[in-house]
Amino acid sequence: MIEFSQVSKTFDGQRAVEALDLVIPQGELAVLIGTSGSGKSTTLKMINRLVEYDSGTLRFAGEDVRHFRPETLRRRMGYAIQSIGLFPHWTVEQNIATVPQLLNWPKPRIRDRVTELLALLHLEPEQYRGRFPHQLSGGQQQRVGVARALAADPDVLLMDEPFGALDPVTRAALQDELRRIHALSGKTIVLVTHDIDEALGLAQRIVLLERGRIVQQGSPLELLTRPASDAVRDFIGRSDIGIKLLALERVAARARQGEAAAGEPIAAAATLREALSAFVTRGADRLPVIDAQGRPAGTLHFADLLPPAP
Amino acid sequence: MTVRNPVPLLLVGLMLLAAWTLPLLSHAPNRLLSGRGIQLATLLHGPRLLLLLPAVPLLAAPWLPPRRGCCVLLASAASLWLAALTGLAGAEAARLAGGADTLARTSLGGGYWALFILGALLANDALRRLGGAGGRLALAQLALYLPLLWLLLSGRLEALSLLKEYANHRDSFDEALGRHLQLVGLTLLPAGVGGAALGLWAFCRPRARGVLFAALNIVQTVPSLALFGLLIAPLAALGRLLPGSGLAGIGLPPALLALTLYGLLPMARSTLAGLQQIPDGVLEAARGMGLSAGQRWRRVELPLALPVLISGLRVTAIQAVGLAQLAALIGAGGFGAIMFQGLSGSALDLVLLGVIPVVALAVAVDALFKLLLSLLEVGPR
Repeated sequence: MIEFSQVSKTFDGQRAVEALDLVIPQGELAVLIGTSGSGKSTTLKMINRLVEYDSGTLRFAGEDVRHFRPETLRRRMGYAIQSIGLFPHWTVEQNIATVPQLLNWPKPRIRDRVTELLALLHLEPEQYRGRFPHQLSGGQQQRVGVARALAADPDVLLMDEPFGALDPVTRAALQDELRRIHALSGKTIVLVTHDIDEALGLAQRIVLLERGRIVQQGSPLELLTRPASDAVRDFIGRSDIGIKLLALERVAARARQGEAAAGEPIAAAATLREALSAFVTRGADRLPVIDAQGRPAGTLHFADLLPPAP
Repeated sequence: MTVRNPVPLLLVGLMLLAAWTLPLLSHAPNRLLSGRGIQLATLLHGPRLLLLLPAVPLLAAPWLPPRRGCCVLLASAASLWLAALTGLAGAEAARLAGGADTLARTSLGGGYWALFILGALLANDALRRLGGAGGRLALAQLALYLPLLWLLLSGRLEALSLLKEYANHRDSFDEALGRHLQLVGLTLLPAGVGGAALGLWAFCRPRARGVLFAALNIVQTVPSLALFGLLIAPLAALGRLLPGSGLAGIGLPPALLALTLYGLLPMARSTLAGLQQIPDGVLEAARGMGLSAGQRWRRVELPLALPVLISGLRVTAIQAVGLAQLAALIGAGGFGAIMFQGLSGSALDLVLLGVIPVVALAVAVDALFKLLLSLLEVGPR
């Protein structure tokens, strides 16, 4: 869907991105991560030509992005940013309808689309469509921001630290939302963040950038188990790599079927990291597991947290 | 009795001082002789004492609680007081004039002007305390002068020398009013559009900002009289080059050009400020969603910068009302012509006839723009 080949960008003599090669296939949720100044935002903005690259080629849907008019290109890509940037003088409905209106969708279709999106993001449509941005909480504003980015059913969703300004609880809720939307729509999503936990929790592919170059790319599991260098190990948090690995797997994968145990149960959908926390706080070495319907689904032993022997 | 509010205390104190020490009117047998002062106290007897009634709440103003009702009472009392004071002056002037064909002149004295201004300040203070939206405040400020306007239109003030001057110069007054409005109106359009364009340009090109505002600041620092003068030679030359273009060194074109040049700075500055106060995220989102430059300006930048832009237009308009006064010196007419005629003939009343309408015009323009702004703010921000 998006192919960088040998793409470079220089700002006032400063290399921002250097000879970048990166392929993001259709339907993938890719996360660009790195410290500030690593070139991750620049890389994202080159995709919708908010930043023009100096050399190399960047293809979108098989075609050089420079062959598109910037406006046409941008209307085919949803764009959500950290400061949200809702238009303060427009209602939630008008904000979400921005791109569909630019694309001259008929009015009833726009209205239906707004209803659909508000429902998708758990905002009661009739209650929220007429409100103005300043009447919403930060989390609600970002929900509207995401809905606006999705409005015209774009091929690609570009997100520049979309949840960076939110409190941890709201951020976690919106990350869940994004995972759900991605699973539901199968859209290609490119997300920029500096939060490694956000990257590990959301990404199918993590692209770790440093000083304009890709240091390592791969699935969260690959990054945690086979970090390419000490720098990568440092970035993903040397001392709690084990904890992060536990966060990637679900209780259901390790539970022993057919066994029963006493005590307060843990959900099969919980991560092993949550299970570890439960072991420690309850002082138990085995936990009963229940599935989403509340039926018993086996038992998890403390020793099951260790990866199975190869 | 505690003083609740020091501002009215000061104003009331000054009012009493002015009423005791300064003459309310000045009466002269003809315009060549200097006048004899008439104190307010000497005029108050019999039924005229009733005219003092609106002054009672004003004198009590420092001790009134800042409640809604008290503020309304104060503002209406002040409004009536201004009319009563003026009506009294008009009636006394009519009595002194005796017959119709007399050379005697009764003009408003220092005491009148002091009491008038202090009364207007008291009224404004009360209105401000009332609070409320800017638009309602502007309307209320204009409404203060309605009793006065009724008095003026009823003809009860005609014996005052100021009104006699008006009667004598009625034609040139009407012409001056038309010309003054023309000067202001024709300045606002190019200064508004040009200033907004310059502001937008400065917003898009931060590097050009320094040069642009340095240039506009230089224009602003050139004394207006000098600028009018400086434009005479080049425009006269241009007029000779292009006969039939109507351009000349003096008259309307150079005046409009100078007023427009002065208007550019406040307009460009407020346009830039209006655009700068739009959050960066909003601008980036607009670009990132694929709005073209024109769509961004029409749908996002202009509406969000509009309140600050209108404030700039207000400053430009009020400035133009004042500066247009000097345009008379290069033959562009307006109230300045009446004022300068009065100055050269040492006719104080004629000077006032050229000045008071300009003050009233500035107040009206100010209120008009405040009203416009408040209408814009009804929509959510």
